[in-house]
Amino acid sequence: MASRYIANTPDEQKRMLGAIGSGSIEDLLVKIPPKARLARPLGLTPALAETDLIRHMTALAARNAHADSHVSFLGAGSYDHYIPSPINHLILRGEFFTAYTPYQPEASQGTLRSIYEYQTMIAELTGMDVANASIYDGASSLAEAALMAHSVTDRREIVLSRAVHPLYKRVTATYCEGPGVRLRDVPAPEGVTDLAAARQVVNATTAALVVQTPNFYGCLEDVAAAAEIAHAAGALLVVVADPVNLGVLEGPGKLGADIVVGEGQGLGVPLDFGGPNLGVFAAKNELVRRMPGRLVGATVDHDGKRGFVLTLQTREQHIRRAKATSNICTNVALCALMATIYLATLGRRGLVKVGELSTAKAHYAASRLTKVPGVSLRFTAPFFKEFALKLPKAPERVLPRLARQGFLAGVPLKTFDRALADCLLVAVTEKRTKAEIDAFAAALEKAVA
Amino acid sequence: MANVPRDLKYTREHEWAKQEGDRVRVGITAYAQEQLGDVVFVELPKVGAKVTAAKTFGVVESVKAVSDLFAPISGEVVEVNGELGQKPEIVNQDPYGKGWMLVVKPSGKGEWDQLLTAQQYEELIAQGGH
Amino acid sequence: MADAYDKLIFELSSPGRVGWSLPEADVPEADVHKLLPAKHLRRDAPDLPEVSEFDVVRHYSRLSRMNYGVDTHFYPLGSCTMKYNPKLNEDVARLAGFAKVHPLAPEASAQGALQLMHELAWDLAEIAGMDAVSLQPAAGAQGELAGVLMIRAYHHSRGEKRTKVLVPDSAHGTNPASTAIAGYEVVEVKSLPNGEVDVDALARTLDTDVAAFMITVPNTLGMFEPRIIEITELCHAKGVQVYMDGANLNAILGITRPGDLGFDVCHFNLHKTFTTPHGGGGPGAGPVGVKAHLEPFLPVPVVTKDGDEYALDWKRPRSIGKLQAFWGNFGMLVRAYTYIRTMGPDGLRSVSDNAILNANYIMKRLERDYDVAVPGPCMHECVLSARRQKRLGVTATDIAKRLLDLGFYAPSTYFPLIVEEALMIEPTETEAKETLDAFCDAMIQIAREAETNAAVIHDAPVTTPVRRLDQTKAAREPNLKWTRRG
Repeated sequence: MASRYIANTPDEQKRMLGAIGSGSIEDLLVKIPPKARLARPLGLTPALAETDLIRHMTALAARNAHADSHVSFLGAGSYDHYIPSPINHLILRGEFFTAYTPYQPEASQGTLRSIYEYQTMIAELTGMDVANASIYDGASSLAEAALMAHSVTDRREIVLSRAVHPLYKRVTATYCEGPGVRLRDVPAPEGVTDLAAARQVVNATTAALVVQTPNFYGCLEDVAAAAEIAHAAGALLVVVADPVNLGVLEGPGKLGADIVVGEGQGLGVPLDFGGPNLGVFAAKNELVRRMPGRLVGATVDHDGKRGFVLTLQTREQHIRRAKATSNICTNVALCALMATIYLATLGRRGLVKVGELSTAKAHYAASRLTKVPGVSLRFTAPFFKEFALKLPKAPERVLPRLARQGFLAGVPLKTFDRALADCLLVAVTEKRTKAEIDAFAAALEKAVA
Repeated sequence: MANVPRDLKYTREHEWAKQEGDRVRVGITAYAQEQLGDVVFVELPKVGAKVTAAKTFGVVESVKAVSDLFAPISGEVVEVNGELGQKPEIVNQDPYGKGWMLVVKPSGKGEWDQLLTAQQYEELIAQGGH
Repeated sequence: MADAYDKLIFELSSPGRVGWSLPEADVPEADVHKLLPAKHLRRDAPDLPEVSEFDVVRHYSRLSRMNYGVDTHFYPLGSCTMKYNPKLNEDVARLAGFAKVHPLAPEASAQGALQLMHELAWDLAEIAGMDAVSLQPAAGAQGELAGVLMIRAYHHSRGEKRTKVLVPDSAHGTNPASTAIAGYEVVEVKSLPNGEVDVDALARTLDTDVAAFMITVPNTLGMFEPRIIEITELCHAKGVQVYMDGANLNAILGITRPGDLGFDVCHFNLHKTFTTPHGGGGPGAGPVGVKAHLEPFLPVPVVTKDGDEYALDWKRPRSIGKLQAFWGNFGMLVRAYTYIRTMGPDGLRSVSDNAILNANYIMKRLERDYDVAVPGPCMHECVLSARRQKRLGVTATDIAKRLLDLGFYAPSTYFPLIVEEALMIEPTETEAKETLDAFCDAMIQIAREAETNAAVIHDAPVTTPVRRLDQTKAAREPNLKWTRRG
């Protein structure tokens, strides 16, 4: 049966083969040794017509709880934030959607301009001099930052707070395996990095100290104090931050960070079961030639007109090959475009509003939920939009019941830290309403009773 | 054919070396800068750094190419051309003059004589530079 | 006619304009200054634009018109497989039950997502003749890193400390870069002039210090490696693992399988072969497939099936670890799954047949006017050399720019590195004969212009929003963000 994604008709194929001087397509495969050939059809499900396939896919999708079917308090690095409607319409324009890396800048000014805008916005939010065009996600951005710190300082140890997202730490460990960069921990027993302990651990072998703010537990870190500790030892400070919070929170660059990385999913990128996400990466000017990933710069054309190009490309794999600053090639340009449109739409006041509403609702939720008998906040440090909630009953027994009542109640912390087996990480974005929070509290009260 | 001054010595990797008393001044040849095209960035060691003959001491970049810089002789770097940081194009404009890169105080013996003469270097680039 | 639009979003800003709609706070305390310590708070609102929703829509619509994309232009970018991206994929990927699922939702509440991943992994394993597939890598380069790290872990598990990985001089830049990050010394292997592996030279290079040989099949000249089985056997005899860069998988669907050729690892570029959109440079997805002996080292977690129940298996002590925070670029996986189900086994075979036919047709039509890098037949792409045109003062770059004026995006240029003035053309199966003919006519026209009217080529492009850009200025005076002073 003919496929709607292939244009050639049998007659056209015949004419093309005639032009080539071949009797059949099979004749074009002469270089493939016969014993290398697959002698049977692939063992895949037969083709489905569009209507049947939609039915199948809809049925699969129906088996997943999602942010519209449930009231979600899930976070831990992926958040259900407001996504303004124009984003989806604009990214679907084929000129953006079906283009690739802007190797021919004259025919890619739309992509290049949007990335230049993105770099500008991310630099502004993070308080850094320069941002790249994106890395895959927050975790791989952190891994790249660790390798960059190693290369800049020629030191072999990365010190991470235990309040950094544990999955980010695992990704960083994977990337550090080959170059032989060691990871060391700083404890965070009260939900924030123990800076006195950090001072003991960070030394002349430390390439970078890494803290996250708000950290994995939702608590705010003292970035300026961390910077002082890192810099006193000649190490870099790497800060993991979520840019959607930076309408309200100070840009880590202003507090002494040398590299800021983070997950930009909150900036208009769908949850998508965890990917694609948006790896944010920003640094100080003096580090720009060691940065991973693509950079767009402004220049002029032949007639002196403003234009944009990929620049400082000698850092990259297609030129420097084994000595490149990173192996990254394809990044997440379309997610960066979503973030650009998001930040343009929200603008200077909207992003502040998102941060204010998230904070306010999270604090209301914390006070409301801790009125449930036996439920308390696990940590006392100031938090932003997420907090660890201690339950009187094992979370794995509570969660299924709440899910049946329409609440995705939070992320159980047991899998990340056994010491927190009785805790649930609860995230509250600007999308949650007081009514939803009150209903959640009531359901929780019954579930833990 | 690119300019190859007679009073200099050369490496196979297209650096030149010039004896100045007990010091040696180092840069890249006119042929090298032509091959690279517009130089956009030069990374050089700091004063006080040690360089080793035939080992890399820095990097020169054009828009689409990167080239390691190889030391003609071993020694300590006593001067670095700071102007190249702001104006890398000097390497294209005046490779043997204002586009110099380092001044080295030699520590090795006999390395000078291992370098190519102007005539040998001309033969090298006539063969395509390899 | 070129669009003269020359604005950045910041230049549209007008204080007080609003593009968003958020509710007022419905909770008692909404003042962040009372909720959070001052030292954490930003003093001034961030300097972002203030524009209306319509400003945003018109601005980005106009920016989009400054791009060529597959939907609007033939985009023969070699090695990138710029095929049509089906619209159905987008509808499906936007179902709330996929797009709005949280990665840490309870597994019992995400069975559809896990089932999709499990089935896709098996489909890819079948397509490549591999025993297991991880969907986690975010793009091809990350798939390479995962693959090489698994090879490293495998050798270590056998108490072997091999230090080198062999990569041909014709390889994609990501191959040596990924290998270096995985902690290996990269040894470049010279190819024969026709781009094939120099098997004798390879045999001499293989020793007990070599961990892996990494090669692209079909190779980057668009040719199938005729001695590939011999090569993988040679490697295995020396305990060397063989990695296939799957960038060119679009050429071999249902025709041959990396696993059957003897490869131990290969990655897939879902944004190439499996129609997920290129998005202006990603997101992609780069699943990695392995043979059974490497399966214990797969990234965690692995999607498993027990009866009718799907789960994420984290208990894999020999795993290389994680590559991204969550499970992979799921949104792209949905699209690739939809595509595979749309095509079925016969459809996928037909993809490769027609991709090969189209590439050979172009090669044939252009062989008189351009030098072919290697005589055909080729697989899914062909590499031409503009060395004849270069002698007339017209480079591969010039030809690329002229093509833009004639209404086509450009082929990949100057890749592979071993071909002088390379033009790498990959038409894909989704293009119709009349498009290929129009492109070939344009290429032939340029060849004539090189002989008679080179100025028109050197001036190109003139129809694009900007003309040739000063790359040197961009690199010498990096201007990487907008400032009020401009």
